Amino acid sequence: MFEYAPAPESRSVVDIKPSYGLFVDGRFVDPVDGGSFKSINPASEEVLAEVAEAGSEDVDRAVRAARKAYEKVWGPMPGRDRAKYLFRIARLIQERSRELAVLESLDNGKPIKESRDVDVPLVAAHFFYYAGWADKLNHAGFGPAPQPLGVAAQVIPWNFPLLMLAWKIAPALAAGNTVVLKPAETTPLTALLFAEICQQADLPAGVVNIVTGAGGTGRTLVEHPGVDKVAFTGSTEVGKAIARAVAGTRKKLTLELGGKAANIVFDDAPVDQAVEGIVNGIFFNQGHVCCAGSRLLVQESVADRVLESLKRRMAQLRVGDPLDKNTDIGAINSAAQLERIRELSEAGAAEGAERWSPACELPERGFWFAPTIFTGVTQAHRIAREEIFGPVLSVLTFRTPAEAVEKANNTPYGLSAGIWTDKGSRILWLADRLRAGVVWANTFNKFDPTSPFGGYKESGYGREGGRHGLEAYLNV
Amino acid sequence: MRTIHGMTATATSARSDLSELGRSETALRTFLHGLPGVDQVGAEQRAAQLGTRSIKTTAKAQAIDLAIRMVDLTTLEGADTPGKVRALATKALRPDPADPSCPHVGAVCVYPSMVPYVAEVLRGSGVHLASVATAFPSGQAPLEVKLADTRAAVAAGADEIDMVINRGAFLAGRYQEVYDEIVATKEACGDAHLKVILETGELATYDNVRRASWLAMLAGGDFIKTSTGKVPVAATPPVTLVMLEAVRDFRAATGRQVGVKPAGGIKTSKDAIKYLVMVNETVGPDWLDPDWFRFGASSLLNDLLMQRTKLTTGVYSGPDYFTLD
Repeated sequence: MFEYAPAPESRSVVDIKPSYGLFVDGRFVDPVDGGSFKSINPASEEVLAEVAEAGSEDVDRAVRAARKAYEKVWGPMPGRDRAKYLFRIARLIQERSRELAVLESLDNGKPIKESRDVDVPLVAAHFFYYAGWADKLNHAGFGPAPQPLGVAAQVIPWNFPLLMLAWKIAPALAAGNTVVLKPAETTPLTALLFAEICQQADLPAGVVNIVTGAGGTGRTLVEHPGVDKVAFTGSTEVGKAIARAVAGTRKKLTLELGGKAANIVFDDAPVDQAVEGIVNGIFFNQGHVCCAGSRLLVQESVADRVLESLKRRMAQLRVGDPLDKNTDIGAINSAAQLERIRELSEAGAAEGAERWSPACELPERGFWFAPTIFTGVTQAHRIAREEIFGPVLSVLTFRTPAEAVEKANNTPYGLSAGIWTDKGSRILWLADRLRAGVVWANTFNKFDPTSPFGGYKESGYGREGGRHGLEAYLNV
Repeated sequence: MRTIHGMTATATSARSDLSELGRSETALRTFLHGLPGVDQVGAEQRAAQLGTRSIKTTAKAQAIDLAIRMVDLTTLEGADTPGKVRALATKALRPDPADPSCPHVGAVCVYPSMVPYVAEVLRGSGVHLASVATAFPSGQAPLEVKLADTRAAVAAGADEIDMVINRGAFLAGRYQEVYDEIVATKEACGDAHLKVILETGELATYDNVRRASWLAMLAGGDFIKTSTGKVPVAATPPVTLVMLEAVRDFRAATGRQVGVKPAGGIKTSKDAIKYLVMVNETVGPDWLDPDWFRFGASSLLNDLLMQRTKLTTGVYSGPDYFTLD
């Protein structure tokens, strides 16, 4: 046997402070009317830091700071100068990438190989990409001189804390807006380190403000009358509440919500690569991915062979310490999320689907869930309809391409889809018929700052990334 | 529909079905073209991912010793002389003269004319003696000449034969011809093990690599080997990955295990360890043995020895402390 010895990334590369204030008007400040909460490491349940919880007075201060910066500094600043700051931030992210990756894995539970090789490089890439747009907005296809909106309120989820921050802040700043961002309550730490990077980059005070807190803080922020734009990534349930809250106001809104993506494998698919794509589709980031390929639709004639290969591959997945460089699946982000995954998985078994996981030892402390697949799933099962947001795959079969389209689209969501086939014409035929914002062909979970991302139906509206992503932050 | 059906049908049916394939060009073609395709981007991505595993401390020590045992220490030069190959064979027996705990390599690999000199040194040692035959490296000679080459190498003491496939015939779609040559060479080998060199750098696509792998296994090859080391593109991680998937699927279909040998361009311990990780996570521990996985290499050995010394003593020694043979 070839046992891999532990290969932990050093956590001493990052300096976590015992407590953090709010980042308002370029400085860390104590909350005026808020309290505090603890952020823990989901792999060990150890407390990492105490973080300020912003109350309504704090949110108001942050919005006013952003307004002042918008009117006095950032709005009037020529695009080429805004670009310099964004390029500087991008370079600092690269320079401090190891620190950011370790902190992201500690606070979120995701494996270091993902924070190191996926999250942080994409974060830097987003800032570089939008920095390039800052002085070229006249040529972005939105008219001769598109104007920014003003102050953007941005609320982001816990699954890709720093990457979602980049998706929100980079285009907003490039277009000339200032922002108040609220990170998720279980993963605030990399946003606070990003605030330090803004200071290091000499970003003018008030351009970026970060208010930490839970749902209440988020609600206060999106409902604040001084906000011109609301951008939210998170659950469909909260997204609907936000849409109701901003209805009838001047606020422009983009929502990136849940998903229940179909990953469709045809009988002529390259099997070994399709299996990699299935694994990547559902087990990447513990399945905490809104565009996860959580429904595998496999052509019935090859279902046995694909499942056999999939199970063999799943037995190779290494679950454990997120900081170990050989870990493939880290910790579930929170006790609450673990509970939801357990509840839906139990419902799957109770409704008659067959549950399978490879033999795998889970650590005693922390929040863990073994990679799991359910076979014999039908469209009527809850696990085929509801977003589990965990490492749980529902396997369904189909007979014909038309049936694949019908099943793939038979969901209230429409964020992403995957197609696996050797036939190029079938990819094009299918991509035209899938009601999903992103369709991957012979790959999955591929992200690039130049490519727009967003949903159909209850997966939300608006696009992030690419030239299209600028539209959400321009008055067009 | 074509691809997986062909595969599943054979995979689940009796063994005799596969041995029948070699009797007709049509059957061979239908089978080989019915294998599942390989997506280039996906295969390369997977190979790259496996290359990011971090193998440290005890795992590294274990991997380095295993890699040394898997080396086919090779010299294939026009300038090879009895003196040169004797020195190489001596090194194969005791790679690190300063450390008797260092294992010997898997085999020594030389041209047929050099086999007798190597055989003298290796006799009774457990180190195998491999020889490239069949008009290596081009394979462009009449079959009779290739078979005579093979028989001569075996008669001189080689217990492993590294043959080259007829790439011209393969690329022209004459699978039967390639198959028959392998079968004939295997017969000429007698008890010697047959490694079939696909020369993947000339096959160009991963689909071809997968087909050639199956063709070589169907024809009775004991090992499939990537390259001669004589063309610009030699072993690469994705090519080796596709070949490992082929031996895995072949064993599932037939029950017979076939070995894999990447050769050419593997120069560092780091590279070798990446290959071992790939073996471990693609085909599993059954192949983590010199009987089933080899490295065709020359300069790799000294790097493995340097890393080994570093792990045991804690300091790097200069290259002068390792023998140049």
